[in-house]
Amino acid sequence: MNLQTIRELPLSMLALASGLAGTALAQAPTVRIDGSSTVFPVAEAVAEEFQKATKGAVKVTVGIAGTGGGFKKFARGETDISNASRPILAAEMKACKEAGVEYIELPICFDALTVAVNPKNDWVSSITIDELKKIWEPAAQGKVTHWNQVRPEWPNEKIVLFGAGADSGTFDYFTEAVCGKAKASRGDFTASEDDNVLVQGIEGNKHALGYIPFAYYEPHKDRMKALAIEWNKNSVKTPVLPSMEAVQKGTYNPLARPLFMYVSKKAASKPEVKQYVEFFLKEGAALAQEVKYLPLPAPAYVAAGKRFAELQVGTAFGGVPEVGVSIEELMRRTPVTEAKAETPPAAPKK
Amino acid sequence: MRSIQEIVARRRRQDRWFAVLGVFCTSIGIITLIALLANLLIDGLGHLDWQFLTSFASRRASSAGVLAAVVGSLLVMLVTACVAAPLGIAAGVWLEEYAPKNRVATILEVNIANLAGVPSVIYGLMALSVFVYAFGFGHSILTAALTLAVLILPIVIVATREALRTIPRTIREASYALGATKWETVWHHLLPYSLGGIATGVIIGLSRAIGETAPLVTIGALAFIAFLPDPPVTGEFPFVSFSWLGSDFTVLPIQMFNWVSRPDPAFHHNAAATGVLLIAITLGMNAIAIFVRYRMRKAIQW
Repeated sequence: MNLQTIRELPLSMLALASGLAGTALAQAPTVRIDGSSTVFPVAEAVAEEFQKATKGAVKVTVGIAGTGGGFKKFARGETDISNASRPILAAEMKACKEAGVEYIELPICFDALTVAVNPKNDWVSSITIDELKKIWEPAAQGKVTHWNQVRPEWPNEKIVLFGAGADSGTFDYFTEAVCGKAKASRGDFTASEDDNVLVQGIEGNKHALGYIPFAYYEPHKDRMKALAIEWNKNSVKTPVLPSMEAVQKGTYNPLARPLFMYVSKKAASKPEVKQYVEFFLKEGAALAQEVKYLPLPAPAYVAAGKRFAELQVGTAFGGVPEVGVSIEELMRRTPVTEAKAETPPAAPKK
Repeated sequence: MRSIQEIVARRRRQDRWFAVLGVFCTSIGIITLIALLANLLIDGLGHLDWQFLTSFASRRASSAGVLAAVVGSLLVMLVTACVAAPLGIAAGVWLEEYAPKNRVATILEVNIANLAGVPSVIYGLMALSVFVYAFGFGHSILTAALTLAVLILPIVIVATREALRTIPRTIREASYALGATKWETVWHHLLPYSLGGIATGVIIGLSRAIGETAPLVTIGALAFIAFLPDPPVTGEFPFVSFSWLGSDFTVLPIQMFNWVSRPDPAFHHNAAATGVLLIAITLGMNAIAIFVRYRMRKAIQW
């Protein structure tokens, strides 16, 4: 008897609570955003300014579920906008399609990776993607351990590696761009999700080499030396140092990538979401720069605005991540809603 | 032949060495704690001002604040306490006073002990599928509070049982001798006498819950939210509104985590300030727990 009452207690409380939660539906217009933590600082800056501009009439919430986690919520219709540090994948396209969620793909700014060494390092100023691959590919584990194994004229010193943790988008992007396959990396390096740990590591060891987001390199410029990147598939044949000009011109390849937001077509018909996206495309460049991200060249925002106004749904990638696509090329393409057939991604080198 | 004195002196020496070792081991823990606290205080105290407490998150470290996180944390804790306390106390009373000593009760007991050791992110996954999707509570304060309530339930149950066990058998027997039923005994004697211990357990559970990040990230707590939940009091009838239960939220540890991972070092000072605030709240809650226990112990006269 007593057992019975106690068993029923939680159930009745839940019933009560669900009734209460149900009354909470009538709320002020809210723009719900979730997704990549890489995009978060930009989204936060825009959300903050947008709320100020609308005097709080529209509420904006931004989450950090990660690109993949964000798309899961997006496909369930829980969010209006999904932030992504990579284009939508075929599996995610399928999930959206099955749920009847259509989306408009808008590039919002650039993210660039910097390969950095210690400032006391005087033997290297540029490196090729092939050499980076030699250092970072899974087969290098335990084998490529000294600088002179990469290029014979470099010293016979132990190479100390620092890189992003396996859960970060930075890791996915670097391995994809350098080794040709996302998450394909050697495991014997100091990994951290906290980029500041990497900065400290590179700063503290003369023989260090590591990769960090460009946004983390900028404020610590005097503590590290950035390497110029040489890529045989690049339009520019000389090594390119990371800089805003190089990224915007599309020459810092393949270590610069656009970041995206995916706007649900259904949500785009809501005035508050439309207003937010338009605000983003207008003010986003300045705000991105303020939070140390690299804005797109101005015409790209115009093209994105056009794409949004015309509600062109789909993705320019067809579900297959691609490396080193210039932003002009991206905006020229017609977005598609069907995933491409299994074509291998355009890897920098096979 | 060794004299007695020699043996005694040797053992005294060993005794002293052990004392030194003990002090050394204790001081490692304490010095680490002091160093951590000092580090946090140096980094964060300067940023902990009225503006910081009353502002929302911002892209500018200097104008960013923790208002949404503080309100979120306090509301979540309030609901957590309201859910975990009655459930935990009821379960504890049943297990200690009513449960027959059979296999079912043993299995229940072992499971409760195990629950206390489950990593908190597992609770988050459970909550995502049960509270968020199956019950449809969404990514709300209610979901967060229910998750944390389940998380601290074992702590409350164990504390309740411990508190009940400290009550002498004679009290129960005296009550039964006067014709009281089991329920009357529990309600009029056992619960009042053990309330100090139970309250301590609830508050210690809450001070664990307030620092949890992983389960709340899993159920979809937000990182940027620049508005407060609806107020609990409205101008119209019935004057009390529960719509804040369904509101989006963030909490202090998530705000802190988010700032720690930002490139701009100024945000790290903000994170440290949030840490100071969080530690202050936790220490405050523990202080209340100690005070409550002291007062209630003194009030009991057998």
